[in-house]
Amino acid sequence: MIDTDKKVRVLVAKPGLDGHDRGAKVIASAFRDAGFEVIYTGLHQTPEMIATAAVQEDVDVVAMSVLSGAHMTLFPRVKKLLDEAGAEGVLLTGGGIIPEDDARALEEQGVGKLFGPGTPTTAAIGYIREWFAAKERA
Amino acid sequence: MSTMERDVLTKAELDALVRERREELAELEALLEAWQEAYDATPKRDALFSTISGREVKPLYTGIDRAGADEAEALGAPGFYPFTRGPYATMYRTRLWTKRQFAGFATAEDTNARYKYLLDHGQTGLSVAFDFPTLMGYDSDHPRSLGEVGVCGVAISSLADMEALFDGIPLDEVSVSMTINGPAIILFCFYVAAAEKQGVSAEALRGTVQNDILKEYQAQHAWVFPPEPALRCIVDMFDWCSTNAPKYNPISISGYHIREAGATAAQELAFTLRNGFEYVERAVARGLDVDAFAPRLSFFFDVHNDFFEEIAKLRAARRIWARGMRERYGAKDPDSWRLRSHAQTAGVTLTAQQAENNIVRVAYQAMAAALGGTQSLHTNSMDETLALPTEKAVRIALRTQQILAFESGVVNTIDPLAGSYFVESLTDELERDALEIFDAIDAVGGVVPGIEQGWFQQQIAASAMRQQREIESGERIVVGVNHFAEGSETIEIDTLKIDPTVEKRQVVRMAEVRSRRDAAEVRRSLAGLTETCRGDANVVPKILDCARAECTLYEIRHAMEEVFGAYKEPVFF
Repeated sequence: MIDTDKKVRVLVAKPGLDGHDRGAKVIASAFRDAGFEVIYTGLHQTPEMIATAAVQEDVDVVAMSVLSGAHMTLFPRVKKLLDEAGAEGVLLTGGGIIPEDDARALEEQGVGKLFGPGTPTTAAIGYIREWFAAKERA
Repeated sequence: MSTMERDVLTKAELDALVRERREELAELEALLEAWQEAYDATPKRDALFSTISGREVKPLYTGIDRAGADEAEALGAPGFYPFTRGPYATMYRTRLWTKRQFAGFATAEDTNARYKYLLDHGQTGLSVAFDFPTLMGYDSDHPRSLGEVGVCGVAISSLADMEALFDGIPLDEVSVSMTINGPAIILFCFYVAAAEKQGVSAEALRGTVQNDILKEYQAQHAWVFPPEPALRCIVDMFDWCSTNAPKYNPISISGYHIREAGATAAQELAFTLRNGFEYVERAVARGLDVDAFAPRLSFFFDVHNDFFEEIAKLRAARRIWARGMRERYGAKDPDSWRLRSHAQTAGVTLTAQQAENNIVRVAYQAMAAALGGTQSLHTNSMDETLALPTEKAVRIALRTQQILAFESGVVNTIDPLAGSYFVESLTDELERDALEIFDAIDAVGGVVPGIEQGWFQQQIAASAMRQQREIESGERIVVGVNHFAEGSETIEIDTLKIDPTVEKRQVVRMAEVRSRRDAAEVRRSLAGLTETCRGDANVVPKILDCARAECTLYEIRHAMEEVFGAYKEPVFF
C-alpha cells in the first residue's frame, strides 16, 4: 500500500451520448471505497463539459467510461482540451469497449492506461495510486 | 364408476384419503431425515450455492415444499389464466418462438444488407438497433453526434433513411421490432410513413416499438423528454395504434436493461411489471378502455446465467401480470391478461476473454428462454464484448436457436418443468419477492416519484456493486476471467470495424434531404406539432405530417421539446 497523505481526486465521466453507466458507477464506488475523492459528472457530457469540470474541481485524474465505440474521437478531444486549459498534468485514463490497438494509439497521444472488460477494479485503483505516488515524488 | 354416479366422496372415503396422504408425507419426512443426516455428514465444496441474484438455493426440493400449494390454481393450463404454463394453449407445437436478432450499424443501406443476410439464414423477424445519436433524438449531422454516427447501430435521421432501411423488405410480410425509447414516437411515424410509401397501410403492420420510457429513467438512460410528457406520448401511441395499427405492439415493457444495469432477477421482474401497471394506469386515467389497448402490451426480459431462476422468472411474470390485470385493473378480455414476451440472452454475462466460450453461455441461456416459454428470442454473438457482431458470429448465434428448436427436443411438450419441486418453489419465491418490491415502490410514492428520488437507480447500483464484489473476491466464478484464465492472455478474434466514412455519407445525405424538401411544408408541419403538444390532442397524426414532409428527427424532437422540455437526471453513484 503506497503511503500518501494527500487524497487523490478523480473525476469519473461519461462522455458522449451513451447512457450505460453501470461500469462508471461501479468504478466510482470502488474508487470512493479505496479512499479517493470522487466526483461523478453524470451522463451525456461533452468533452468541453468534462474538461471544464476537471479544471473547476482541480482533479488529479479524469477517468472516462466509453462503451459506444466513439473513444477515438472522445479521448483525444478531452486530452486536447485539458492541455489547452493548462491541465496537462492530469492523468486521463478510463475503460470500456476499447480494442487493444486503439488503446495503444491513444497511449501514444498521451492518454493513460485503459481498462477493458473483465478487469478487476483493483487494477485501475492500483494504477492510479502508483501514478499519483510517482507524481508526488517528482 | 362414472363421474355421474359418484361425484361426491363419502366422509369415510375423505378420511381415508387424508390418512393416506398423511402417511405418504410422514414416509417422505422420514426419508428426508435420513437424507439430511447423510447430507450433513458429507463434506461440501467451498462454493456459493446461490443464484447470481443472491438467492440461496437449498440442496434439495421435495413434495414437502409443495405440500400446501394448489397447483391447479397456481398453474392453470397453458393459454389459460393465470398463464404460468404459457400464454398459448399450444405454444411451440403450433409456432416456435420468433428468431429475432437485433441488428444495425453504419447506414441504412449497410443494415438493409445485413437484414437480407439474416432473413436468408432463417431469421423470422427483424429487430432494429439504432445508433446513439438516433436513440437520443439527434440527427447524424448534429454537433453532439460527432464520432458516434453509425458506430453502435444504424443512423436514421429522416424518412428517407427509414425507407432505405427496408428497401426490398415488404413491411406487410415481415414483422419489425424497433429498439427506441426517448424519440420512439418519431421513429414509429417514420416507419409508418415508410410503409405507406411501399403501399402498406398501418393496419397491416406487425411489429413492436420498445417505447418504454420508465425503464430508461431507471436503467438505460436513453431519454429525451421528462416523465409526464413522455408518458402522454406513450398513451397517445396506445390510442392511435388500437384503432389504426391493431396488429402492432406499441410498447415492449422491458426488464432486460434493468437487469443489465445490475438488478437481481426479482428486481427485474418487479420493476418491469410495476412499470407495466403504471402504463395501464396512465392509459385508463386518460379514459381508454383497458381491453382496448392491453392485449397489445408486450414484454421483454433478460435471460441471465442462472438457468432455473430465469425459467421461474418468466413463469412468475405471466402469473403476476395475469392476476394484476384481471383482479386489480378489471380487464375482461383474456388477451389483456396474457403476457407475451421477447427475450434476449444476457449481454452482461459475455466475456472478452476466451470469447468462444460465449457461444456456450448463450446456448444455455437460450435453452432457459425456451423452457420459460418465450415468444421471441435474440441470442447474442460471441464477439459482442468487443464490437458489433461479424456475419460469422451472428450466424452461429442464429444456429444456436435453430439447434435448440430442431435438435434438442425441449419444444416437444409444453412447459416441461411444471411440477418440478424446485422450479415451482422458485416461481412462487420470485412472485413473493416481486410483490414485496411492489410494496416498497408504493412506500416511496410510486414509479415516477421513485425515479425522481433516484430510488430505482440506487437499488440497481447496489445490486451491481454486490455482484462486482462477489466476482472480485473470487466467490462468484466467471470462467476465463477470474478462474480458468489460461487462454485469456490475448484477445484474438476478428471483429467488425465500422467504415469511418459513414458519418460523412450521412451528412451528405442529410444535406440532400434538406435541399429537396418543401421548406414551407416543413415549417408548417413542425409548427402544427408544437401547437398540438401544447394541447391534449393526439400527437401521432401531427408527427406523421412532419415525417411525410421530410422533417428530420432532430427537427421533430425540437418542435416537441419546445413545449415538453428536456429531462435532467438526478446524479449520484
